[in-house]
Amino acid sequence: MSMLTALKISSSAMTAQMVRMNTTASNLANMDVVGTTSEQAYRAKKPIFKTVMETHTNSNFEASVKVNGIHVSDRANTKRYDPQNPAANDDGYVFMSNVNSIEEMVDMTNASRSYQTNVEVMNATKKMMMATLQLGK
Amino acid sequence: MSILQNPLGIHATALKLREQRIGVLASNIANVDTPNYKARDIDFSSVMATTESNNMRTSHGRHIGVSNYQALQGDSMIKYRMPSSASLDGNTVEVNTENSLFTENSMRYQATNTFLNNRIKGVMSALRGE
Repeated sequence: MSMLTALKISSSAMTAQMVRMNTTASNLANMDVVGTTSEQAYRAKKPIFKTVMETHTNSNFEASVKVNGIHVSDRANTKRYDPQNPAANDDGYVFMSNVNSIEEMVDMTNASRSYQTNVEVMNATKKMMMATLQLGK
Repeated sequence: MSILQNPLGIHATALKLREQRIGVLASNIANVDTPNYKARDIDFSSVMATTESNNMRTSHGRHIGVSNYQALQGDSMIKYRMPSSASLDGNTVEVNTENSLFTENSMRYQATNTFLNNRIKGVMSALRGE
């Protein structure tokens, strides 16, 4: 039944957006984590979304979404001169995380908007299903 | 065709098609952030036109009719949407368009539901003869 699939699709999107929200939260939380080497510093994480076609029906036009993995940003970590820092290397430098806070804020807003849209879709679908269940009464 | 032979008329097919369109539009909205996803839709009026012309009439009790329902199973009724502006990640979903179409589709679904309800009520009162 197509409408139950619609609920499934919306819930898959909500799950995916929630993963995105979680990565954004991790990125913002770890923004100020420094490391002695470039490898030790925190690197921003981003989920990769992928379309999954629903195959239970013989018509393949219903597409849910899934998180196909987490991409770790390869943007270079900036170096800061901070000899007082316990994590500083022999030259007195620490490596900052490569999180861009503006990018993360934009991502967060986007994720919450998409989440809301899917909640609305789910509500509307539920209302329509209820109306059909009441048919002839 | 009398109302008692086919009490639901065209509305049953319309409801089925509206329901399938919910799935397509929900997919578009779900994949709004998926790179390279192409938005799709069902052209309602053209699919309805084909289901009407495909509806084979039977003239004998042993003929097997082709129902409207079977015409709704193919992939041919799905078309790709032309986006009004291109995006860098190859995604052609425009949330505002999809949202308004989803709302429109659910309003029309409710209208079809009302038609069906009235049909059923009509048949019931005809059967009761009150």
